[in-house]
Amino acid sequence: MTYTRPHLLGIEDLSQAEITTLLDRADTHAEAERGSRDHGAPLKGLTQINMFFEASTRTQASFEIAGKRLGADVMNMAVSASSIRKGETLIDTALTLNAMHPDLLVVRHPHSGAVRLLADKVNCAVLNAGDGRHEHPTQALLDALTIRRAKGRLHRLTIAICGDIAHSRVARSNIFLLGKMENRVRLVGPPTLMPSGAADWGVEVYGDMAEGLKGADVVMMLRLQKERMDGAFIPSEREYFHRFGLNAEKLGHAKPDAIVMHPGPMNRGVEIDGTIADDINRSVIQEQVEMGVAVRMAAMEILAENLRARREAGE
Amino acid sequence: MTNALLHNARLIDPEAGTETLGWLRIEDGRIAETGEGPRSGGTDCGGLCLAPGIVDLGVKVGEPGERHKESFRSAGMAAAAGGVTTMVTRPDTATPIDTPEVLEFVTRRAEAEAVVNVRPMAALTRARAGREMTEIGFLLDAGAVAFSDGDHVTTDTKVLSRCMTYARSLGALIIAHPQEPGLSDGAAVTSGKFAALRGLPSVPVMAERIGLERDLALVEMTGARYHADQITTATALPALERAKDAGLDVTAGVSIHHLTLNELDVGPYRTFFKIKPPLRSEDDRQAMVAALRDGLIDVLCSMHTPQDEESKRLPFEAAASGAVGLETLLPAALRLYHNAEMDLPGLFRALALNPAKRLGLEAGRLSPGAPADLVLFDPDVPFVLDRFTLRSKAKNTPFDGARMQGRVDRTWVGGETVYTRECA
Repeated sequence: MTYTRPHLLGIEDLSQAEITTLLDRADTHAEAERGSRDHGAPLKGLTQINMFFEASTRTQASFEIAGKRLGADVMNMAVSASSIRKGETLIDTALTLNAMHPDLLVVRHPHSGAVRLLADKVNCAVLNAGDGRHEHPTQALLDALTIRRAKGRLHRLTIAICGDIAHSRVARSNIFLLGKMENRVRLVGPPTLMPSGAADWGVEVYGDMAEGLKGADVVMMLRLQKERMDGAFIPSEREYFHRFGLNAEKLGHAKPDAIVMHPGPMNRGVEIDGTIADDINRSVIQEQVEMGVAVRMAAMEILAENLRARREAGE
Repeated sequence: MTNALLHNARLIDPEAGTETLGWLRIEDGRIAETGEGPRSGGTDCGGLCLAPGIVDLGVKVGEPGERHKESFRSAGMAAAAGGVTTMVTRPDTATPIDTPEVLEFVTRRAEAEAVVNVRPMAALTRARAGREMTEIGFLLDAGAVAFSDGDHVTTDTKVLSRCMTYARSLGALIIAHPQEPGLSDGAAVTSGKFAALRGLPSVPVMAERIGLERDLALVEMTGARYHADQITTATALPALERAKDAGLDVTAGVSIHHLTLNELDVGPYRTFFKIKPPLRSEDDRQAMVAALRDGLIDVLCSMHTPQDEESKRLPFEAAASGAVGLETLLPAALRLYHNAEMDLPGLFRALALNPAKRLGLEAGRLSPGAPADLVLFDPDVPFVLDRFTLRSKAKNTPFDGARMQGRVDRTWVGGETVYTRECA
């Protein structure tokens, strides 16, 4: 057991061993999901609150299912609809919740760093379900698990992350994780969607799909937000699809056995051609969703173990 | 006690650029004479440094409108304890200081409450909205020493050029915040690797240069007297140098935070390090220190901006900008002295003499006839700053827990003692 932290706030500070611990545990849950469905209810008696300050369907459902399969009492709070409108601050919301003694708090927030700020004020385990443009650690872990299962390893791979890197917390967490596991990471996208200083991250930056995908083992597409398509960052949807959308021709530059990933939800015909997304020989998009539940089970289970250990130690 | 003799003091004279052990005599609230060597009678300063009191250009006091953040009384106490003898106050208050009536209110409050001198600035445009100019003439008569919209950039160049032309006819000084607002809108940090890793909205350093170049072109066109409130990036310096070489009536300032901290100090989203413009790279910090030492940047100030806990206890993007600085300006500035980057007369040239000269004040000097606004300090005493000991109502300092050196022992305004460490 090498993951002893109280929270899962990001990938940036994690070690290889901690990442491997989380992935190994997730693997056992993934197998159980496909087989007996028996996880032993390790979260029985614990309360999990999903607090989403930003709308989410997929991630919230994934956390909810993961918690329920492990026996937790799960509650969803649509915070954007309630207290924020009444002017309550994030810290007050956190303190209010804390007084109800939850055990696991799953938080998504539109501001970078907000989940960490909240984690400092509560004494339960906090999982970052995405903070602004900063990190989305469970997404990076589920991507890593998907890659590891498809490729049989998680090192010495060439991985191209394509699209809107600048606004993507998924990209940041993946860059941290894949870099730590000693892979070759490439960023591919138009310069207006590339963060300043990206070249200093220990990655290779490309402005052209053919070059960026050459010899890649993994092609990871990112979602392009609707609000970025209006001419401020790229001229139009169709020009973007022409230059950066993944189709069979562009994928042809990658290795013949390269896998295609997407964190969802997809814009078919904008960043990815529908036939590629549905190609069961190349696309692992459905498996990503499946691994998402397993990874969240693993993360919550390990954090719950750490929480119980701390409580028994009387902290 | 407006007559006094202070001896056995290390006299820091920014005008002469000298540091001498000697004495200083005060008569009727003014410096009567100074001299080298020993002298008996009066107050023994114990060999500590005696310098002109700091003229802090750009202090925000929460009056009118936000007295819970900082009042003239609390700001004055903080200033006195920090060796600041003149606060040049900003007009970007909750109710902007944009009419003679509001200015008179401020002046009255300051006279009644503050233990140090207060010289108010007034807004350049009504409500600092950048559309119509304020009554610059009336405001000058009411005591405004400069005209500024704070960190609001007058985006309409026609409005700014008319303000400059009109201000020039009255000899009024315009203080602007050089920044291209299209680039800086919503930014919390400086663009670069750190900003991208933290996922924070950022502004490129070029925004400052674009803003400055535009302003300087208008200064060249109108002949206005112009001061850039804060120059914080190396990329903006050549434009400043060109303007000065061309003989334009231009000066520039920098905040102590940009000289002693860099962008990495934000660390894990520490909002007390969120200031405007945002902290820069280490290369820029070093370039600003060199520019201040070489005199390209004229004025060193605190940009004292009190914010209450509530406006800082928020996610970084949502938190308010600004840091208090009246009490930490001198010890933080002494870091440059201890690092052998500036000597003491050079520091006080930037802290006292240059801002006083720019605003046409008699203070900031150790010469006979100048007001006896003085600070006596020990530059070497080490301490660890505890923000709750600050006299400001707001405690938002980035130096909380920092190791600093330099302690004010006594402060005089017009020959009257307004602070002594023993009574603190």
